[in-house]
Amino acid sequence: MGDQEVKLFSLWASPFGKRVEIALKIKGIKYEYFEEDLSNKSSELLKYNPVHKKLPVLLHNGKPVCESLVILEYIDETWKSERSLLPEDPYARAMARFWAKFIDDKCIAAMWGARKNSEGQEEGIEELTEHLKTLENELKGKKFFGGDEIGLVDITADLIALWLGVLLELKGIELLTKEKFPRLCEWIDDYLDHQIIKETLPDRETYRDFLLKAKF
Amino acid sequence: MADDEVILLDFWASMFGMRVRVALAEKGVVYEYKEQDLRKDHKSQLLLEMNPVHHKIPVLIHNGRPVCESSNIVQYIDEVWNDKAPLLPSDLYQRAQARFWVDYIDKKLYEVGRKSWAADGEEKEAGKKELIENLKVLEGELGDKCFYGGDTFGYVDIALVTFYSWFHTYETFGNFSFEKECPNLMAWIRRCLKKESVSKSLPDSQKILDFAVFMKETYFTKSG
Repeated sequence: MGDQEVKLFSLWASPFGKRVEIALKIKGIKYEYFEEDLSNKSSELLKYNPVHKKLPVLLHNGKPVCESLVILEYIDETWKSERSLLPEDPYARAMARFWAKFIDDKCIAAMWGARKNSEGQEEGIEELTEHLKTLENELKGKKFFGGDEIGLVDITADLIALWLGVLLELKGIELLTKEKFPRLCEWIDDYLDHQIIKETLPDRETYRDFLLKAKF
Repeated sequence: MADDEVILLDFWASMFGMRVRVALAEKGVVYEYKEQDLRKDHKSQLLLEMNPVHHKIPVLIHNGRPVCESSNIVQYIDEVWNDKAPLLPSDLYQRAQARFWVDYIDKKLYEVGRKSWAADGEEKEAGKKELIENLKVLEGELGDKCFYGGDTFGYVDIALVTFYSWFHTYETFGNFSFEKECPNLMAWIRRCLKKESVSKSLPDSQKILDFAVFMKETYFTKSG
């Protein structure tokens, strides 16, 4: 795989983009990174993701792959190594895909709800609490969602590990506490302490300032 | 695989449930179909136990273990019953493209389709417009291929063809014709319907329309 060309078009502040970077680093894949400016989408982005015009986009030997979860599976299958992102067993794979989708569909929607001001917020927080309880339960007896090592679900949950905490802090919502979610909080600590995660995710302060300026 | 116990929890009118029926038929898997009552407070204990997170159908129960979410189930079926009728492409890039398009179908059709019959006024019109637009995008992606999978019927075809059972409903409520709007897509539908796995898994379009009319009158029509 040595002379394959891998490019990533992404945004430093995007949890979706960061997922792809984490996966590439776990697999030890060399890639070229292109920071995009959302206010002035490059013609490359429009060419490579004409359907959604969104980031991240992975370009492998000139061919684009879009949607972060699709990209993660593509990376896992294309660069087969000892370090797998998904389990081998079909049932375990189905479970991993289920939880990744749960985080992407349900948790994100609830986070957006909790972000609102006034009325919508209470409902959003209720929904988010339910989903976090579900994830808390799923972590029973495991260090990571993937078991002993981080896998597809942990990578997908980067937005729970960093983005959610910052969002809740800025909104003054006390939800993600050790009392309410002991396992999830321990998972967050272990996750953020992981070498590759530390190297890849933005600094919490930097991200917090970015959100403040963006009047989130 | 002779001793496998396969049960499908499903609802006859669900285009998502139909996907699983088609996939199982493609693979020649023998299974028990269990029709579910989806009304609130009427859901079966089995459904609540097997899909505790979403309480939704379809759920495939394979040797006692549940798999949920239709696109997930179809991939699982392909991986387990891998001795015939491959549903996902073997080429890894094509496989990523297939997953991308199934994700698109998952996100871009159901809600707007629903609005086009269940909603009223502007919301209904907006739903109809977006439904047609998104189906045109899918028609564009098909191009002049026989199936989305190329020469063979596969994952993307399965994910999309089941929406056909609701086309008559969308057309009737929206007063338009898919034949006019997406003729190539309709030609692809006809090719798919020639396959027994598809024709036997999709319910009669008129029955779906009757169901939608009933639902609209019972639940979605504003009184007064």
